[in-house]
Amino acid sequence: MESGIFHTTYESDMALRRTPLMRLRLILVIAAALIFPFLANGYQLTLANQIGITAIGAIGLNILTGFTGQISLGQGAFMAVGAYSSGLLAARLGMPWWLTLPFSCIITAVVGAIFGIPSLRLKGLYLAIATLAAQQIIEWLITHWTVLTGGVEALVVPTPTLFGIRMNDDFNFYWIMLLLLSATTLFAVNLFRTKIGRAFIAIRDQDIAAEVMGVNTFQYKLLAFATSSFFVGLSGALVAQYRNIVNYERFTIETSILYLAVIIIGGLGSVSGSIYGSVFMVLLPAILTNLGRALGGVIPGMSRLIPFIQQGVFGITIILFLIFEPEGLAKIWRDIKDYFRLWPFSY
Amino acid sequence: MPRGFTHVLNSSTLQPGELQLKVDNLHLSFGGVQALRGVSLEVRQSEIAAIIGPNGAGKTSLLNCISGLYRPQNGRIHFYNNNQEYELTRLKPYQIARLGIARSFQNIELFKHMTVLDNLMLGRHVHLKANIFTGGLYWGPAQREEIDNRRFLEDIIDLLEIEAIRKKPVGTLAYGLQKRVELGRALALQPSLLILDEPMAGMNAEEKEDMARFILDVNEEHGVTVIIIEHDMGVVMDISDHVIVLDFGAKIGDGTPDEVQRNPDVIRAYLGEEHNILQ
Ligand SMILES: Nc1ncnc2c1ncn2[C@@H]1O[C@H](COP(=O)(O)OP(=O)(O)OP(=O)(O)O)[C@@H](O)[C@H]1O
Ligand SMILES: [Mg+2]
Repeated sequence: MESGIFHTTYESDMALRRTPLMRLRLILVIAAALIFPFLANGYQLTLANQIGITAIGAIGLNILTGFTGQISLGQGAFMAVGAYSSGLLAARLGMPWWLTLPFSCIITAVVGAIFGIPSLRLKGLYLAIATLAAQQIIEWLITHWTVLTGGVEALVVPTPTLFGIRMNDDFNFYWIMLLLLSATTLFAVNLFRTKIGRAFIAIRDQDIAAEVMGVNTFQYKLLAFATSSFFVGLSGALVAQYRNIVNYERFTIETSILYLAVIIIGGLGSVSGSIYGSVFMVLLPAILTNLGRALGGVIPGMSRLIPFIQQGVFGITIILFLIFEPEGLAKIWRDIKDYFRLWPFSY
Repeated sequence: MPRGFTHVLNSSTLQPGELQLKVDNLHLSFGGVQALRGVSLEVRQSEIAAIIGPNGAGKTSLLNCISGLYRPQNGRIHFYNNNQEYELTRLKPYQIARLGIARSFQNIELFKHMTVLDNLMLGRHVHLKANIFTGGLYWGPAQREEIDNRRFLEDIIDLLEIEAIRKKPVGTLAYGLQKRVELGRALALQPSLLILDEPMAGMNAEEKEDMARFILDVNEEHGVTVIIIEHDMGVVMDISDHVIVLDFGAKIGDGTPDEVQRNPDVIRAYLGEEHNILQ
């Protein structure tokens, strides 16, 4: 039990993990992530990789929507930009897969910043509609610029290899995912305890006061769009390399909405919440599917109902979170920690 | 040229008494409403200038012109610092902040999900140099400046007596404390000119007294020029060196508190108002 922790220097007071307990927890999480692939079966590794890719994209979206307050319905399209950039650079220019990643991120960041320009004048729902336009425009370009993208045909991406080893099998890809997810997480956490990230949050909370205190809000909004899209592009590029195939149907408005649900359920304006939300969002349908299969023998016609049940549970979960815990899983986790921190004297 | 003040809370380069702000024939209207009709005034380094007037007189509108939130249709606002003259009506709010003009708002406009410390740190924005890369890596200079500026903020926290709440999200604080934090955020900018829009509104007598003391401290010890809008005439007459009276968007009085209290136009404007200026 903690009785109160007193820091004697600003350095220790400002450190990310401020208590031995927090440090221990971090070490345990890292250890678990390192041991996991040796214990998990193929299916579990697939789920883990999906969670990781989703989490990188969700952190990206959260930077823009959760932290900076700019609602985006263009997530799917920005992922598509990352995926097609990576896929095309590898397929058409023969660029090594790992080199396509930074290029895809930068291309998506630039595209994101361009589609962020309406944020100069538009806020809230109006901006959301403008990003919806971005979604439609990019989707249209992909399906109609056939010479470049292959249009509605799927784009086949060369198998990513490193020293002759295939990198997109689940075990090998896991390490790439883990490295990039860790880097993304660390970057985002640091960003929000320094100048730029603080300005993002200030814009969300009170944009006029931010401007009056010296924040060039327009420049910072564009920067938020670019930074967010950078990671969203990374997520898209990873989809392309992991699946070996890019298809525009993976990146429609439905994807945009799904990612909004991930960060709402995980916690708006929370980096760790983006990860919790991704875990939830990948595991929920998997669990429902397995449950449905198990019940399939008992209740006839169950297998046909599963997709509907998935949709229904999905919608209900979002509504329940919006009503009862708008701050998401991150808040629930915080509450649990607070409860046990003072346990058994938690009154 | 020597700096007028060596204290860190003041970033003006002027000597006390030098002309710092010159508002010249300001006209501002919203559709049919004329919020300001040809207002001119001067504020000198290190004075406390109060702007008073009945509700809707145009006081807040005047401040909003100074901080660049409103664009007057006519008129100029000259500001002097760093041996230069700046024309504020041509600058954006964030550029005006870089000149050291900091303010608080009539209705508290804090970043309510951020802690007190983060709100103050945002006030340091124009002095911080981290970029997206150094910040994201929390590397070298970015880390050092966070720690150095935290030290700087602790002085403001001491001054305003808000030690106990520095890690609290401001949205959870009582109204009077929020007003105090908002003053702190403006001070964090190291203001050359501090603008306060009704910093004591809605406070009880004790809280008002504290706030008046903080403002006097900042002005007397650090030499910061203050422009304050306040309805409480007792406070205004007590703390200000210079009083400007607005009524229906026009200036009807300008002088020392004594002069203004004896001004017949001012007395007439306040007749029928609940607060009597002669009290
Ligand atoms: N953004 C705006 N749009 C339209 N009218 C405005 C706007 N801001 C101010 N006004 C009008 O300008 C006039 C002056 O308002 P202002 O807020 O400057 O008064 P004030 O002296 O600060 O009053 P108070 O003591 O009530 O704060 C009022 O008639 C007000 O309705
Ligand atoms: Mg006002």
